[in-house]
Amino acid sequence: MFNRLRTSFLAMPYAIWILICTILPLFYILGYAITNGNGSLTISNLTAIVDPVHLKSLGLSIQIALITTIICFILAYPVALILHNLKISNKGFIVFLFILPMWMNFMLRILAWQNILSNNGILNSILSAIGLPTIHILYTKFAVILGMVYDFLPYMILPIYNSLSKINDDVIEAAADLGSNWINTFIKITLPLSKDGIISGVIMVFVPALSSFVVSNLLGGGKVLLIGNVIEQEFTLARNWNLGSGLSIILMLFVLASMGIMNKLDDSENGGMLL
Amino acid sequence: MKKVKKGASAAYLALIFLFLYAPILVLIVLSFNNSMSRTVWGGFTLNWYHNLPSNDTIMDALWTTLRITLSSSIFATILGTTAAIGINRMKKHHAAIMLGATNIPLLNADIVTGISLMLLFTRFTSLGEFSVVLAHIAFSVPYVIFNVLPRLQSMSDACIEAAMDLGATPIYTFYKIVLPEIFPGVLSGFLMAFTMSLDDFTITYFTKGAGVNTLSTMLYTELRKGIQPELYALSTLLFLLAFLMLIATNFKGLNKKEAQRV
Amino acid sequence: MEFIQFDHVSKSYDKQLVLDELDLYVKENSFVTLLGPSGCGKTTTLRLLGGFEKPDSGKIYLNGNDITALPANLRPINTVFQKYALFPHMTIEENIAFGLKIQKKSKEYIDDKIKYALKLVNLDGFEKRSIDSLSGGQQQRIAIARAIVNEPKVLLLDEPLGALDLKLRQSMQYELMKIKQELGITFIYVTHDQEEALTMSDTIVVMNQGYIQQIGTPEDIYNEPENAFVADFIGESNIIEGIMIKDELVSFLGVQVPCVDRGFGTMKPVDVVIRPEDVELGAPGKGFMDGVISDCLFKGVHYELDVQCGGYEWLVHTTKYFEVGQHVSLNVIPFNIQIMNKPESEDEEVLKEDV
Repeated sequence: MFNRLRTSFLAMPYAIWILICTILPLFYILGYAITNGNGSLTISNLTAIVDPVHLKSLGLSIQIALITTIICFILAYPVALILHNLKISNKGFIVFLFILPMWMNFMLRILAWQNILSNNGILNSILSAIGLPTIHILYTKFAVILGMVYDFLPYMILPIYNSLSKINDDVIEAAADLGSNWINTFIKITLPLSKDGIISGVIMVFVPALSSFVVSNLLGGGKVLLIGNVIEQEFTLARNWNLGSGLSIILMLFVLASMGIMNKLDDSENGGMLL
Repeated sequence: MKKVKKGASAAYLALIFLFLYAPILVLIVLSFNNSMSRTVWGGFTLNWYHNLPSNDTIMDALWTTLRITLSSSIFATILGTTAAIGINRMKKHHAAIMLGATNIPLLNADIVTGISLMLLFTRFTSLGEFSVVLAHIAFSVPYVIFNVLPRLQSMSDACIEAAMDLGATPIYTFYKIVLPEIFPGVLSGFLMAFTMSLDDFTITYFTKGAGVNTLSTMLYTELRKGIQPELYALSTLLFLLAFLMLIATNFKGLNKKEAQRV
Repeated sequence: MEFIQFDHVSKSYDKQLVLDELDLYVKENSFVTLLGPSGCGKTTTLRLLGGFEKPDSGKIYLNGNDITALPANLRPINTVFQKYALFPHMTIEENIAFGLKIQKKSKEYIDDKIKYALKLVNLDGFEKRSIDSLSGGQQQRIAIARAIVNEPKVLLLDEPLGALDLKLRQSMQYELMKIKQELGITFIYVTHDQEEALTMSDTIVVMNQGYIQQIGTPEDIYNEPENAFVADFIGESNIIEGIMIKDELVSFLGVQVPCVDRGFGTMKPVDVVIRPEDVELGAPGKGFMDGVISDCLFKGVHYELDVQCGGYEWLVHTTKYFEVGQHVSLNVIPFNIQIMNKPESEDEEVLKEDV
């Protein structure tokens, strides 16, 4: 059409922005990763990942990220389904109910979990009040997982909810009309049609869970050392930027690999849009 | 049977919301706690609210946070909206490249984004409040684009052509037809950019210079010293502000719908 | 020079030629319909005139002025869009006032115009209503009102009734004709619906694959289609290959039948077009050939019959009922037999004519 070419130039400032603030920084981190402090080329920052300490952190990170993602999915899908069935007209309201907690500082909210989970904290008070044995959970892997599930759950709920609301109700009714019960309809129709949302949700939970370092600091009490913690320490305490960059590149490769796997499952055309 | 299902659904939703809002409740309670300790209940007090305005560390961090959040989200909204309009009119494969690049900050680990930007900034400028603003724009622009673009895509070309047909210049068409159509997307993009910027820790942590502290980074450095209870008061106020705004806009939205039905 | 003139206008999208060297003339104050199947180039022709597209080559003139490069907002032409294209965030009043505000008309003038236009489209008192509260038919009337308040020299209508149901479509046809009479401006109407075209237009331009097939009054187009495409597209027809033996005598399906056409030469291959309502059925042996009824459907005003006859399945409309299997004779009076040249090359399908 007539004005097709007229407005595409408006993306030019953004294209330049992307080059400088998205692409260029990645080359910088790569540059640091493949050099040492003297500026000569090396691969030792990348191969440092096989160091037992780093390898253990990476393994633990992957394990925790996987568990977090699975729990988030199991918790989020019913939420999305129930919200979808509520037929609320104001979709924006639901979205904001899930991002509203972010207005309370993230770090404070994680600290509040310390209050809830500590040995004589709120959870254990409730447990003993109703006659159940208390549990020791703070500063363990489980507390870290709980913190991450707490932090990332909205990122799983929202894309699934969005994909559910895109399903045409006629399709569900058609399935019922053809004799399908609701379990069959769910497995054969609803679940496959919400695949895009699930894939977005999985990526948006798995990636930050894999690289988080704050939750493990606060709820792991320094006993849970994730790859994110290792990288952070290289930049802050150890001041070895080259090693930190090398490990960041490794982390990025894992992120890319996990997205590659997810994208293989995603055959939709607009797999690029996550929100 | 249907009633049981409905009850179970409601109970499940309630549990999830309890899970999401429990820490917030804890923090609100702590803001009224007359004790410096987080674990001991020392009775009800409004002291922390009273002391808040005179706590320079917190107020400084608050103003810094608001400056960074406001300027980055406003700039991100302008940049993202113009970008979305441009991308919407691009050839398909060019648009795909742009959107792919737009996804990078969303998908990349925050720590990698933060570090890579820090490496860039230390090379070309110094770390300070300005570098944090740039970094925040970088990670919040995608939210604006992905909120505005669907609005543009669902808008019919016919409306734009109709405006031109009735004598409107392209610029007049943009202000009178396009902007009102995409405005809800622009607004929700802005709100998401604002919220993400307000809540960010990791990227701020790596791109800030010495002496610059947002609420998040200040908290992180003060963890070992113990939290100043005024922070609970401030957080409670911020949260309530957002909550009231949400209720107000939702109420307004409902009223508008009712009015249209008549 | 004519009021509107397309001079050798070509247009292609993604290397696909949509219009090829189109020439078209439109007289002032006429109601011209561009008729054809989808993809025939009718909408492109309209969009070129509206200023939404630029031709690859050729010129477009309005009132003697070259408007080829003039953008849509500067043309004294307004459009009624297929899906109305009303501005959803504005009231009806604001929609109608849109063009007038751009022209910086006074408030009184705008209010008067809105009143007048709403009256013209039978929606008086709808000023403050929102767009969502309207039915499809009402939205279309508002789209018409919004266009005509600007007093365009030409009103373009792009399948404006396509989204409406049958009853509404018919009543809107009469309203459009009424509005046309009241305004006395040129209407250019695009449709694929032959009934709309035949009902409303002074002139029909039948298009196919980017070429004009025939231009004429509705009666001309219906009664004397110039080629098989027009005959087939306008109404239903029996189109049979035949040979023009000499003037006023044609042979098809093994029989020789008198007709009224002359000037085709001798022993020339032609297409013979016979409208289903022009076939008369009688007792066997009474017509020019005999056949057997193979299907009979009741259609309301008439029966639609299939008659197997001479190796061709004839489509026949009658008001009388016939049994399937019944033997009948076919007869057609010479006046109702239409002879058409067979196109020998694609170029011959193009007919350029003055309206």
